[in-house]
Amino acid sequence: MTTHIRPALSLILLMTLITGAVYPLVVTGIAQVAFPDQANGSLLRDGQGQVRGSQLIAQRFEGDAWFQSRPSAGDYATVASSASNLAPSNPALAERVKSSAAQLYIEAQGPVPLALLTTSGSGLDPHLSPAAVAYQLPRVAAARKVAPEALQLLVEQSTLHPLIGPPVVNVLALNSALERLAPASK
Amino acid sequence: MHSYDYVLLLAFFALVLLPAPLLGRFYFKVMEGQRTWLSTLLGPLERGCYRLAGVDANKEQSWQQYTLALLAFNLAGFVLVFTVLQLQGYLPLNPQHLAGQEWSLAFNTAVSFVTNTNWQSYSGEASVSYLSQMLGLTVQNFVSAATGLAVLVALCRGIARRSAKTLGNFWVDMTRATLYGLLPLCLVLALLLVWQGVPQTFADYVHALTLQGADQTIPLGPAASQIAIKQLGTNGGGFFGVNSAHPFENPTAWSNLFEVASIILIPVALVFTFGHYVKDMRQSRAIIAGMLALFLIGGGTALWSEHQANPALSSPLVEQSAPLEGKESRFGTTASVLWTVTTTAASNGSVNNMHDSLNPLSGMVALVNMMVGEVIFGGVGAGLYGMLLNVLIAVFLAGLMIGRTPEYLGKKLQAREVQLLVATLLVMPVGVLVLGALAASLPGPAAAISNPGAHGFSQLLYAYTSASANNGSAFAGLGANTTFHNVMIGLGMLIGRFGYILPVLALAGSLALKKSAPVGQNSFPTHGPLFVTLLVVTILLVGGLTFLPALALGPVTEYLSLGL
Repeated sequence: MTTHIRPALSLILLMTLITGAVYPLVVTGIAQVAFPDQANGSLLRDGQGQVRGSQLIAQRFEGDAWFQSRPSAGDYATVASSASNLAPSNPALAERVKSSAAQLYIEAQGPVPLALLTTSGSGLDPHLSPAAVAYQLPRVAAARKVAPEALQLLVEQSTLHPLIGPPVVNVLALNSALERLAPASK
Repeated sequence: MHSYDYVLLLAFFALVLLPAPLLGRFYFKVMEGQRTWLSTLLGPLERGCYRLAGVDANKEQSWQQYTLALLAFNLAGFVLVFTVLQLQGYLPLNPQHLAGQEWSLAFNTAVSFVTNTNWQSYSGEASVSYLSQMLGLTVQNFVSAATGLAVLVALCRGIARRSAKTLGNFWVDMTRATLYGLLPLCLVLALLLVWQGVPQTFADYVHALTLQGADQTIPLGPAASQIAIKQLGTNGGGFFGVNSAHPFENPTAWSNLFEVASIILIPVALVFTFGHYVKDMRQSRAIIAGMLALFLIGGGTALWSEHQANPALSSPLVEQSAPLEGKESRFGTTASVLWTVTTTAASNGSVNNMHDSLNPLSGMVALVNMMVGEVIFGGVGAGLYGMLLNVLIAVFLAGLMIGRTPEYLGKKLQAREVQLLVATLLVMPVGVLVLGALAASLPGPAAAISNPGAHGFSQLLYAYTSASANNGSAFAGLGANTTFHNVMIGLGMLIGRFGYILPVLALAGSLALKKSAPVGQNSFPTHGPLFVTLLVVTILLVGGLTFLPALALGPVTEYLSLGL
């Protein structure tokens, strides 16, 4: 056993140095040069340079004048992120979904899209499906006194169509664009 | 299923299957010390490591010495991680001033990362400093995967060598696996991930003022470098609490494809490495076929199950579609299921959706993938040595049926080998059923359950299965951060890791000693469709018969009660 002590200790320290220090430093070095924006959290800044969020992290939006984000089990907490972990058979899930549906339901638009009634895995899902955005569009258009067609165009411009995944709209990006188009009355 | 779902599945299989033969050959050359295109760059570093550690790279070890070296190295790793986690409050690179972890949590976390499990009773952004992530967790992500690869090549040599007393040198195998086998791929993946939006910085968390004027803290850190190895090394421990569901850990559909393919990239390639060792690629193709068959059976079942609407939510006000609770919009159903099946087939354990909220049968596929011992591709090294045990058991069963001494690739399986094989068959039942039953029957530990009814039992069953299979994923509603669960799940992980490694190395030593029996006309061929079928049936029967009652109490009961 004693013959193994020196290699064990030296190699764990050497591997710590190589994989625990040099490797992350090299990745950081390259990333900060090649992709500085993403490496630092894809931050959104306003005209004054104030950070208003990250493009990738959902924010809470309240009121009729905003597109609301995917519901969050952790109330949009970023430290720490969390999910509901409700089982499909848990009565609490059905109760929550049905009571939110009762609040959001608009007869003319049919059943509420499931994305607006269910919490995401991260609690920070920045996206919604186009259908879940469309469901909110008449409400936002009325509150901002914008023609729905103009808003529809904005939504289409903000929709991403990845080749290998479902189409999504970034809600924060959409709301930022909306603020430029027709600022909500304060 | 939409057109993009099919494109995703196609891209996934192309990414993992097409490079496998070449990558498998690369691993063979690396582990046998042959020159590769990386030798110029990494050769001096490798030799420098041996010089500083006092290792003679040409001196081979018996299976006993190999095992002792492995244990010494893993013990040293455990002590280091345990210490760093407890003392992180006094150490640098801790911008959020996080305190040290409580002892049972630190024990659980250290065991978890040393055993390549990455069960997480903690949330990364709230309880692990940058320093602990890097020096503690990232390092074990590398060397625990390298340890698995070392054990695999020791077994390969045991099968391939004739009348040999040695299996190679653990120090050399571990070093080569880390430097050549993991580091370069991780560098590439880490940069791909940053490009897609994963942070990689040492700056503090950022304070933001949201569009509606609320305060928001944006957690950052050297995430991409750790996420790359947690995927490629079949580790699975997230940088952020919700793992690859977090938009910083897995920002786009593309990052998702890279990450999910990375889970089994190396395990698939290693099957071809085995073929090079035994100089018979037909054996590799047969094993790949068996693994793929199991993967597709589970994957197909889970995809079907998860596309069913949850009857409990039926209401005229609610859209009736595939469940979205616990899933991210950018992934949707198919990418979530693909991940769930892949991460449990391999012993990865990272998640991009919350398994607790999966439909009962999808959750059961995840459970079964782990219960069969993580052999459907499985962990780096660990998956294939686990699968080879099943191959030997299938050969033994075939031998019983035709009444001949069983042999595999010219090696006779005798009493000692069969005893060792049977010992490994006990690992999963002991870890899952004994520890799990203890947790389920004591009132204190059972209080960790967060969902009512049959699903609550599934949560405990999943936790102890995940630990014993060294997977690390969870039905995460379980409040597992208690002294009891931290210690018992830690124990389950140790049993699951070393309960395989020790018998596998003993088996390798015993096989290496044997002379080669000539492969005659009456030998049972181990490469045709007949053998693949026998192998798949063996795996399902051994796993199925052991765990069927437990599955009936958990996911099956939940499925029936939902009326799906």
